[in-house]
Amino acid sequence: MDLTFSDRETAFRDELRGWLTDNPPDPKPPADAGDDAQFAWRRDWQRRLYDAGWAAPAWPTEYGGRGASQSESAIYFEELGRARVPFAANTLGLLLGGPTLMVWGTPEQKERYLAPILSGEEIWCQGFSEPDAGSDLAALKTRAVKDGDDWMVTGQKVWTSGAQYSKWCMLVARTDSDVAKHKGLTYFLMDMKQDAVQVRPLRQITGEAEFNELFIEEARIPDANVVGGVGNGWKVALTTLMNERAGLGFALQIRLRQLLDDVIAKAAERGLLEDPLYADALAELHMRCESIRLLAWKGLTDAERYGQPGPEGSLVKWLWSDTNQRLTQLAVDIVGPEALTAGTGWSYELLRARGNTIEGGTTEVLKNIVAERVLGLPRLKVAA
Amino acid sequence: MDFGFTDDQREIQRTARELLAERARPERVREHAEAGRVDATLWRELCELGWPGIAVAEEHGGQGLGSIELSILCEELGRSLAPVPFLPSALAATLIEHAGSPEQCARWLPGLAGGEITGALGVAVEGTAQLVGGAPDAAVIVLVEDDGGGRVLTPEQAEVTPVAAIDPTRPAALVSTSEDAGEALAGDVAAGIDRALVAVSSELVGVCERALEMTVAYVKERKQFGVPVGAYQAVSHRCAQMLLETEKARATTGFAAWSADADTSRLAEAAAMAKAGASDAGREVTASAIQAHGGIGFTWEADVHWLFKRAQLDAVLLGGAKHHRARLAAILADQVGASAAA
Repeated sequence: MDLTFSDRETAFRDELRGWLTDNPPDPKPPADAGDDAQFAWRRDWQRRLYDAGWAAPAWPTEYGGRGASQSESAIYFEELGRARVPFAANTLGLLLGGPTLMVWGTPEQKERYLAPILSGEEIWCQGFSEPDAGSDLAALKTRAVKDGDDWMVTGQKVWTSGAQYSKWCMLVARTDSDVAKHKGLTYFLMDMKQDAVQVRPLRQITGEAEFNELFIEEARIPDANVVGGVGNGWKVALTTLMNERAGLGFALQIRLRQLLDDVIAKAAERGLLEDPLYADALAELHMRCESIRLLAWKGLTDAERYGQPGPEGSLVKWLWSDTNQRLTQLAVDIVGPEALTAGTGWSYELLRARGNTIEGGTTEVLKNIVAERVLGLPRLKVAA
Repeated sequence: MDFGFTDDQREIQRTARELLAERARPERVREHAEAGRVDATLWRELCELGWPGIAVAEEHGGQGLGSIELSILCEELGRSLAPVPFLPSALAATLIEHAGSPEQCARWLPGLAGGEITGALGVAVEGTAQLVGGAPDAAVIVLVEDDGGGRVLTPEQAEVTPVAAIDPTRPAALVSTSEDAGEALAGDVAAGIDRALVAVSSELVGVCERALEMTVAYVKERKQFGVPVGAYQAVSHRCAQMLLETEKARATTGFAAWSADADTSRLAEAAAMAKAGASDAGREVTASAIQAHGGIGFTWEADVHWLFKRAQLDAVLLGGAKHHRARLAAILADQVGASAAA
């Protein structure tokens, strides 16, 4: 057991920390500047990361990354979180699209798509969930039908963040309805800049529209944009989903830590750390935060040493989302009316946290995964 | 970073698990528990293997290994509930080694490390310590006080009255002394207690692990309405929660054991987190185990209650979850004060 960073990891961290100190992003545009200004700010930030070689350190050097180890990649996200910089504009391309193409893409696809992902010239979005296919993703209904050298796609997608800015969509569609639901799917790269794809903002409980709905009516996708082969979409989608939690988790974990530190500071300011009830609740949150950090690092380093990450990662996401909800709820009691006033940071955190136990795998599904795949409990048979 | 054990540590874990699976079978544990006595044969065997001295320095007759190795043995013994005086004796040795004088170490540690004598550790309020595990047979009793002081006593310097705790796998006693009896521990009692907390937390992790294993095996087997009850989400999600609690406790306990061996700058914080987390986990996981076993879980024959009982005693030993969260909050408040001053 050695819970310290290696010399190489420390050097990596120090280099990045130094760069972030010397190259801070521009100040965040005011909330009333609108979504476009926010996005332009994030795009500019990605460009700076890219110019300095920090856009995707985990990518292999041949694709413009640094070939960073998984631990270094985790350090990267911890440091970005610690520096409170925005997420790069094309985070989905960097974290999901690029790595998926590296596994499943043809040489031509890698040549064509990877560089503009890294630079942020082309933004990517993810077209997986549908109104009737959330946790049961493989039940998705969007259909793709062969038409000459193209595929014609019709259907509806939901929870598509950044769709209005995107050039490419990682789209999973049904290409065969006569086989088992997991087998009839194909993974496409769909050009978002066509009239057949309509993007409608989806207003969430915070009042803003972080996500969109996609209405797709006979959109065209060339056959060359199939990723991983026709009928292989489920496997390719799993590669994308496996990457979803890996890096971002570390940034979110640091974000939680910072929020907790802010709440503890507020509690100290108001003398509430001497109140046994608040002291108990804050100590519990501190323990949860540390457990998340330890479990996340344990999962990652075990995977580095012993191969693929296990389904234990579900525990971390479950614990993180639950803890963030408890923390933002307790903050209301500590911070006071400001936390219930619309437009404040605290009220945003309170409301946004409700999505945490739903997005990226609901807590209910995560418990099923833990029960079935970690504990080996039998699966309740449900109608197919 | 590496959360794994070294080859040597894995070997200690593997041999301990195999040995205890063989020598501390549930029926043997039950037999001794019902008779209210320790398993002297098994204890002799463990002493021959050098277990009691695993973390005691070589100069005092121990193996000179660290908190991580001690933690591994405590966890395995927690899993098996073997009725041996290992933990009480190890706790006494830990306090003497880390807070005692050279003379106290020389006097007591060789015997504790070799297993010729056993020890016990209690928390005294005005000279009286309740439910001190291992005290009825201890040749040396360490009492720590709320004010941070500690004393080493022989049984002759105290009144030791056996008490039947709900956990008969570990005989306990009421220990009363006059306030000036015994010898003071002159060193850093708090650091000794933090190391002792790691050992207790490790035992609780082992108890949780076993409770979860028994429960998972049971709910896969037990059928109602024609399906294994473990297929119902009300049951399977309870099991998932048990795993989460166990893994949280394991993570903070591992961190505390590592801190004790490698970086004591955060040991007080880590030990408080470990004990608070493991105490809660021990109570919740073993209670869940009884519930998931249904009616059978409430019977004497189903061995799951021994785990619940051990968890109850361990959860309050050296302070419960609320006590250690209060400590943790004080540490956090100090950190806020320190960063404000900086």
